[in-house]
Amino acid sequence: MPKRLDIQKILVIGSGPIVIGQAAEFDYAGTQACQALKEEGYEVILVNSNPATIMTDTTMADKVYIEPLTVDFVSRIIRKEKPDGVLATLGGQTGLNLAVELHDAGILDEYDVELLGTNLQSIQQAEDRDLFRTLMNELNEPIPESEIIRSLPEAKEFVAKIGFPVIIRPAYTLGGTGGGIASNEAELIEFVSSGLKYSPVTQVLLEKSIAGFKEIEYEVMRDGNDGAIVVCNMENIDPVGVHTGDSFVVAPSQTLTDREYQMLRNASLKIIRALEIEGGCNVQLALDPNSSDYYIIEVNPRVSRSSALASKATGYPIAKLAAKIAVGYTLDELKNPVTGRTYASFEPALDYVVTKIPRWPFDKFEAANRTLGTQMKATGEVMAIGRNFEESLLKAVRSLETDIHHLQSSLDPTIDTDWEAVLKKTDDQRIYNVTEALRSGVAIDSIYEWTKIDPFFLYKLKNITEIENELASQPYDIELLKEAKNKGFSDKTIAKLWGTTERAIYNLREENQVMPIYKMVDTCAAEFDSATPYYYGTYGQENEVEESKKKSVLVLGSGPIRIGQGIEFDYATVHTVWAIQEAGYEAIIINNNPETVSTDFSTSDKLYFEPLTVEDVMHVVRQENPIGVVVQFGGQTAINLASELSKRGVQILGTSLEDMDRAEDRDKFERTLQMLEIPQPPGKTATSVDGAVQVAKDIGYPVLVRPSYVLGGRAMEIVYQENELLQYMENAVKINPEHPVLIDRYLFGKEIEVDAISDGDTVYIPGIMEHIERAGVHSGDSIAVYPPQTLSKEMKEQIIECTTKLARGLKIVGLLNIQYVISKDELYVLEVNPRSSRTVPFLSKITGVPMANLATKAILGKSLSQLGYETGYHSEPKDVFVKVPVFSFAKLRRVDITLGPEMKSTGEVMGRDRTLEKALYKGLIASGMKIPTFGSVLFTIADKDKEEGLSLVQRFYEIGYQILATEGTANFIREHNIPVTVVNKIQEGSPSLLDRIQQGEVQFVVNTLTKGKQPARDGFRIRREAVENGAVCLTSFDTVSAILSVVESMTFSANEMPSFEKRKEGVLV
Amino acid sequence: MKRQLILEDGSTFEGIGIGSLRESTGEVVFTTGMTGYQETLSDPSYCDQIITFTYPLIGNYGINHEDFESIDPAAAGIIVSEATVEPNHWQSTSTFDELLKVKDIPGITGIDTRALTRKLRIHGTLKGKIAAMEADVGEIAADLAAKALPRDQVKKVSTHTPYTLPGRGKRVVLVDFGAKRGILRELIERGCNVTVVPYDISGEEILRLQPDGVMLSNGPGDPTDVPEAIKMVKNILGKVPVFGICLGHQLLGLACGVKTIKMKFGHRGVNHPVKDLETGKVMITSQNHGYTVDVRGIDETDLVVTHMAINDDTIEGYRHKHHPAFSVQFHPEASPGPTDSNDLFEQFIALMKTSKKAGDQVCQNV
Repeated sequence: MPKRLDIQKILVIGSGPIVIGQAAEFDYAGTQACQALKEEGYEVILVNSNPATIMTDTTMADKVYIEPLTVDFVSRIIRKEKPDGVLATLGGQTGLNLAVELHDAGILDEYDVELLGTNLQSIQQAEDRDLFRTLMNELNEPIPESEIIRSLPEAKEFVAKIGFPVIIRPAYTLGGTGGGIASNEAELIEFVSSGLKYSPVTQVLLEKSIAGFKEIEYEVMRDGNDGAIVVCNMENIDPVGVHTGDSFVVAPSQTLTDREYQMLRNASLKIIRALEIEGGCNVQLALDPNSSDYYIIEVNPRVSRSSALASKATGYPIAKLAAKIAVGYTLDELKNPVTGRTYASFEPALDYVVTKIPRWPFDKFEAANRTLGTQMKATGEVMAIGRNFEESLLKAVRSLETDIHHLQSSLDPTIDTDWEAVLKKTDDQRIYNVTEALRSGVAIDSIYEWTKIDPFFLYKLKNITEIENELASQPYDIELLKEAKNKGFSDKTIAKLWGTTERAIYNLREENQVMPIYKMVDTCAAEFDSATPYYYGTYGQENEVEESKKKSVLVLGSGPIRIGQGIEFDYATVHTVWAIQEAGYEAIIINNNPETVSTDFSTSDKLYFEPLTVEDVMHVVRQENPIGVVVQFGGQTAINLASELSKRGVQILGTSLEDMDRAEDRDKFERTLQMLEIPQPPGKTATSVDGAVQVAKDIGYPVLVRPSYVLGGRAMEIVYQENELLQYMENAVKINPEHPVLIDRYLFGKEIEVDAISDGDTVYIPGIMEHIERAGVHSGDSIAVYPPQTLSKEMKEQIIECTTKLARGLKIVGLLNIQYVISKDELYVLEVNPRSSRTVPFLSKITGVPMANLATKAILGKSLSQLGYETGYHSEPKDVFVKVPVFSFAKLRRVDITLGPEMKSTGEVMGRDRTLEKALYKGLIASGMKIPTFGSVLFTIADKDKEEGLSLVQRFYEIGYQILATEGTANFIREHNIPVTVVNKIQEGSPSLLDRIQQGEVQFVVNTLTKGKQPARDGFRIRREAVENGAVCLTSFDTVSAILSVVESMTFSANEMPSFEKRKEGVLV
Repeated sequence: MKRQLILEDGSTFEGIGIGSLRESTGEVVFTTGMTGYQETLSDPSYCDQIITFTYPLIGNYGINHEDFESIDPAAAGIIVSEATVEPNHWQSTSTFDELLKVKDIPGITGIDTRALTRKLRIHGTLKGKIAAMEADVGEIAADLAAKALPRDQVKKVSTHTPYTLPGRGKRVVLVDFGAKRGILRELIERGCNVTVVPYDISGEEILRLQPDGVMLSNGPGDPTDVPEAIKMVKNILGKVPVFGICLGHQLLGLACGVKTIKMKFGHRGVNHPVKDLETGKVMITSQNHGYTVDVRGIDETDLVVTHMAINDDTIEGYRHKHHPAFSVQFHPEASPGPTDSNDLFEQFIALMKTSKKAGDQVCQNV
């Protein structure tokens, strides 16, 4: 069937902010969908609350709305735009849930908007546990014994029947929020209670645990003519029990016979047909490793994280084709864009092995519970491609950027390890520990028994350890070097085993011609001629890269999404690529994140899906010989590579390395600022613990301490006294001359953030942003307001002048980002980042200044004045825009949510309206916060904060909130004549404040108590309890004040009429 | 031990020998299936061919007793990127290499199979030889280029004597041109009584068995190399329902007056989309053929095209306008590959039923 002509206007719903379980993959999907629909001539209206995305670029759709993804706001858009259809299956669980809510609210019917792609009934059948089970029974497809429960007693009853362990899966939640595997009563209570709370329909599925089965996924597609295909299947190396988003995954499956493959394929296709899905769908299955028994685990009736992975793993653009199917096309009418000559109704054949490894935030959240289960914890992922499993796995490992270049375990080798205990733990370290166990001679059988990882994979890991041994015993054996490279060993690893440097190994390889070649990802295992410029490196005979005559520029991507380096950097990377193309060069990109738009092969002229390490980048440079490398847009990942690349003779384009170093090296930076006469908070670099103590003493407490060269404020803390400093030095950092620690005076005041573009002479400032939270809260975790609302004209001028001076003084060519603090009306520079920042997409979208594009052109030699920009400040708009951070705390147990210098948020949303209060309201709502206009607020605040907190208490009271507080705080509040209800502290027995939070009696918690990472402390427990029970927990008074002003603006007062003397009798009223 | 694959154009691919260490000559082809190496290896249609697996890891789940398509694989050799040394699967009884050794099939591992595949795609299939490193490349290449390969593959893999697999359902004669076990399995699963007969059986002999239907199996090589079979098909056509698969499909065509042509590199894999022209539905099929029915001239015959390949518009199936006969180029029995088209066996059973009622006459109802 050709495309539908009865619809003209389509509303596409995005997935909102990046949270754990829903990351950049939906920007990729949404961008593809918008492009596909526009290509077909439809009018596309897009709504998404996340400004950091490519899909919200105004060029992606005919109209773009950056508004909260709630029924309220989306209905407004529907009323205004009157679309014929809405496409929600590419917006993740958020999009799907919103579609269901819009239907339930009657909006779709009222405005006659058709849900395109998969229909509502199918969505419900796949998502509602009860309906799904019924359907599986009808289809005769096996599912594990299970029961839907709605209360704790029901759960206990079920477990009494089938016994532990059981899996708890809340209905309609993202990434399994609130779920888990319970092996005992206490865990059952914990998971069921939280599961019921998080499920919007208060439903939880209890299921017999089939942990230990092989976990297999099928990415399937179906069109309206019932044509259905498998795009890709994938096998989790981690067996059932670990969320697929937290599993090491290979594609295609490695250990399934054809018969098993077809059995599961048939089941998947049967299900997608029964559900009548029109588009993409993901089916998860469990296969018994010892028989042909299998179970259906779950079905996602939409494009998912796995479909992004499958798209990149095969080259088959699932989201793009899903969008075309949604408007009526069938698969056999659509061309396979990779070959350009074959059709989309075929099943890709891979001739390589793909490995995906999740990227977890445990490096930032050291206290977090690292156990992996049914609730996803990873923030992002990397993918690698190789011609054998070992190569694929090791390339993926070194793509992670976790300071690991090989399967290295963090276990202490000097301590006798209880291998059984270690390997039975399903945490993020398991594969590394398994490899270590193999090195120690633990039998594969035992490891299998403890981990249920298929021995096929264990033998491969064993093979890696055997190559290590051979390398160690035969240094400089060239044949062995070839074998090791063939199996994916990094130069760094070989260098370590041979006691030499990475560079020496690289040189040795060059002399002996042990260099990789590049092969194409073409969906068809070379059966058809393809022109897709999508390559991966491997060691083999034939190189498939075609040399082009055009001059090229190499762009380094930003790797996996992690806290501190999110989708914003992919946004900038993509814009750089486009700008390079506009400037007449060929744009080549290296990246390893399968979720992103930058790794869509149609984004750049050539895509190298490779790890971002010096070795792998040098290989591409050697192949392509670009005029230079752009590192400014790939976050810290790319910046970290710059110096070594430069040493190896690679031209770094834009701001020179020396100048970048002048911004990042503390002492050089200080000298530069002195030269430019720009003040900064007093501070110094320390290279020893004693040195640090002395520096702190000299500049005076409180001080801000952090290691140099860090990402997202990792390990940054505000320290108020010497013993805290010593504790920090002991726990948080390794201090030595190579890893100095920076110590600055902590200045109390308003934080300002500025982004600017410079060609070395002209400096253009698109915007100045003011943070709601005072300095000390990481800029990525603060609410940023643009244009600034409280700055005087003089102060703005001073900021503009300073920024211009800094850009020129540091000879910035490209982008720079500056953080300032205004303390007692004085402006100080906190830091200068000579690169693209988190706020680039936010400001670009609001101001219309194509920041990454201009910066790229400046880098390539154009002057800004040639591009139409002169030194100065972009004029400010009338509307107010806020950027509100979004956290994923609900998914990370035992993580302290207190805001501080270390970044914790995973994503962001934008709120925009006429006034600050309205913009804030939209931003907060979009971030997922519920803002009730009445209810209770619980105050537990530290003594030093009480005075400051009082005004907030007063304001809550005035808008009608009930005030709750523990004894000490309550007394203080009462002294100031505000009514307050005393609640028990944790130790004072039930009902304590924790019970109140659990009962849902508290809407807001304001907590500044016992900041710190120790889970045992009261403040920590209160904060976690609030998060886990969906109460809004605030740790910064500035945020509280902002929210209060929002609530105040929404609330109508309810005051009694002033009483006058009674009217005289006889007068009619 | 290092060994090499020498192609007729003089190019070589070096790797490590696995399986038998004898020399072996054949037509080098590639297959793109990612699973099912055991079924592929033992598919008699690969007789005298050197099979290149495009998927790089072959042997991951070992070799089991269940998935053979013939007892003695007829392939001339195997080319892989990596033969798995330590497989794991609950059904596995030996490794890939062990099987090759037992069955005396030479193989080479460690080859850039993608480079080889690209070569075959660009040049078309080439003759090749698996040989020792000492072998004289120039001489062997010249020899390969000069000499034609033998054309007696069907004779090699067909049964020499008829035998019956008893069943209580429809009585089917399966003409064995190198039949995969999968075809037998599908017939037996449907209760058929199957008599397997040699490829050179005459039409009269078949009719004397008074079957309800005749199944023309798959098989290796060029269909014009078995003229006796074409004659046989002509003979039985219209007298008994006929269902042909792969080579059997080409033989039905030749019997009805179409031509067959050699394809550049054929269709070998488990991901080939085929459109059923009568229902408009697309199915993913398992395929293994180097020849195809020439689309030119088809209109002048009594055949109606029922299936087409989506990717290259080659004919994938037809039925006879007047007689109860139909055939497909792909493999509805799968193994390896998807079972999307498995229903064709039901159609054959239905055809046998209706034809009986119609008194062995016309059947339009395929």
